[in-house]
Amino acid sequence: MSERFTRAAARNIFYGGSAFFFITFVALTAHSHLYMRSTSTDMARLTDSVTRGKHVWERNACINCHTILGEGAYFAPELGNVWDRYGGNEDREAARAALIAWMQSQPSGVPGRRQMPQFHLGDQDLNDLIDFLEWTSKVKTQGWPPNKAG
Amino acid sequence: MKYATQRVAYWYFAGAMLLFFVQVLFGALGGTVYVLPNFLAELVPFNILRMIHTNALIVWTLMAFFGAAYYLIPEETEREIESVPLAYIQLGLLMFGALAAVVGYLFGIHEGREFLEQPLWIKIAIVVVALIFLYNVSITVMKGRKTAVTNVLLLGLWGTALFWLFAFYNPSNLALDKLYWWYVVHIWVEGVWELVMASVLAFLMIKMTGVDREVIEKWLYAIAGLSLFSGLLGTGHHYYWIGAPGYWQWIGSIFSTLEVAPFFAMVIFTFTMVWRGRRDHPNQAAMLWSLGCTVGAFFGAGVWGFMHTLSFINYYTHGTQVTAAHGHLSYFGAYVMLNLAMISYTMPYLRNRQPYNQVLNMWSFWLMTSAMAFMTFTLTFAGVVQVHLQRVMGMTYMEVQDQLALFYWMRLGAGLVVGLAALLFLYAIFGPAKEERPGYLARAAAEPAE
Repeated sequence: MSERFTRAAARNIFYGGSAFFFITFVALTAHSHLYMRSTSTDMARLTDSVTRGKHVWERNACINCHTILGEGAYFAPELGNVWDRYGGNEDREAARAALIAWMQSQPSGVPGRRQMPQFHLGDQDLNDLIDFLEWTSKVKTQGWPPNKAG
Repeated sequence: MKYATQRVAYWYFAGAMLLFFVQVLFGALGGTVYVLPNFLAELVPFNILRMIHTNALIVWTLMAFFGAAYYLIPEETEREIESVPLAYIQLGLLMFGALAAVVGYLFGIHEGREFLEQPLWIKIAIVVVALIFLYNVSITVMKGRKTAVTNVLLLGLWGTALFWLFAFYNPSNLALDKLYWWYVVHIWVEGVWELVMASVLAFLMIKMTGVDREVIEKWLYAIAGLSLFSGLLGTGHHYYWIGAPGYWQWIGSIFSTLEVAPFFAMVIFTFTMVWRGRRDHPNQAAMLWSLGCTVGAFFGAGVWGFMHTLSFINYYTHGTQVTAAHGHLSYFGAYVMLNLAMISYTMPYLRNRQPYNQVLNMWSFWLMTSAMAFMTFTLTFAGVVQVHLQRVMGMTYMEVQDQLALFYWMRLGAGLVVGLAALLFLYAIFGPAKEERPGYLARAAAEPAE
């Protein structure tokens, strides 16, 4: 590096530039926050049961096997679109019943197949969780995932 | 050791290495479940294994950062640490919190957001730990000599603490939750921790190469600048598919491509300094880890990150084994290797010895890095196959996973070698110290000085 690019110059560029990019980042996040509330998610349908369902999701650490909107562990299927995959957009009651039956039948015990634990969820928890997954499936995600497989 | 209080670092490194062992052990267990799914399924399910694997990693990284800071700040500021008792209280609290978290996880006590699973009281304890630490080191720096190394290091550590506060914000709207979750996760690993990394590397270069501080500190500011200029808006590559506006696809693609720059600069920086220094530092193992760290970070974070960061590629690769491949090599290259470099460098001083067990340490280096590279290759191949079958052909997730078994077996093999290399490292560092300086140094010492 040339002599004109001194340590003091490098320091000033670092502090000034970092402040500029930080402020830009915070401003864009603020806009994204408003966009999420107004456009990409349905705040009106974010009911108490969806909120409770999110806590069921968290309490059982689902994300350490599954992904949701592509984030989490990669050990079990994507669940951001599981509602759609189970036909929830065509027949809500059938999808709900099928998802509940699936969770209640775990672990499958099939040798050589990944085992989902039995979480002993009550009816309330199960239904709240499904409400959360249904709500999540409606988030406008720029068209992701590419197909129903998730 | 020029300052008595640097001794604090020894216990931080010892604690960190204990958790390093826990991390690798649970990683190996998780890797085993991938190929033998019924293994431990009833006793400790996969989600708990993974939680312990990732949490132990994060905590030992922080613990080693604290240790590095306590070691280098006295030498940089030319004064003793403000309070040694506070430093030990801080370590005790962090270690207790970490072990309590691990035991709690085994009994299913946890919160439920990825990497932020610590129960609330442990999250609060981490804030207390951070406050004690920041008070202790900031006072030391304020009263002593201020250098670029301490400036950038403190900024990185203050940033780490401040962005941690977003861990307490958990909105019920999942999209908003994710928006701010990345304020902790991304801003840590691709923002403020890079400042810690650059400043620790600068310290190591000052000590080991003998190049003029003025030159090294200029590089340090340039690298730190590149990190934040690219890394802050680079967060956008996590905002593509979580309900955020479409402009993030442009911003994220462009700025996260630029995130390669600081890592490339670090490679050029360390190699140039070592070449210009022309000094044979006796601690060859520390030198190897330092240089290896920049190369590992460049490939793991830079190349493997760039591979799937452009939005039109990420549309297909998001949340597949490609992500897992990148995650493993980037964290290893950047932060694990950095900490092992610092530990290799400081331990002879902390134990009051000449550099010892160098050959064993370097064996550990080559075993660990080649096994991590192999693990990354297998996961990358698994990911590419997965992307094609699942995201392009539309096969179901579980059908696709059955096709990947071979890759998962090879990943497990690589993981076991990493475990072996980690044990070698621990023995080389904490085992009986034998004089094993490389032979050519002994020869040089035998010849009369010019």
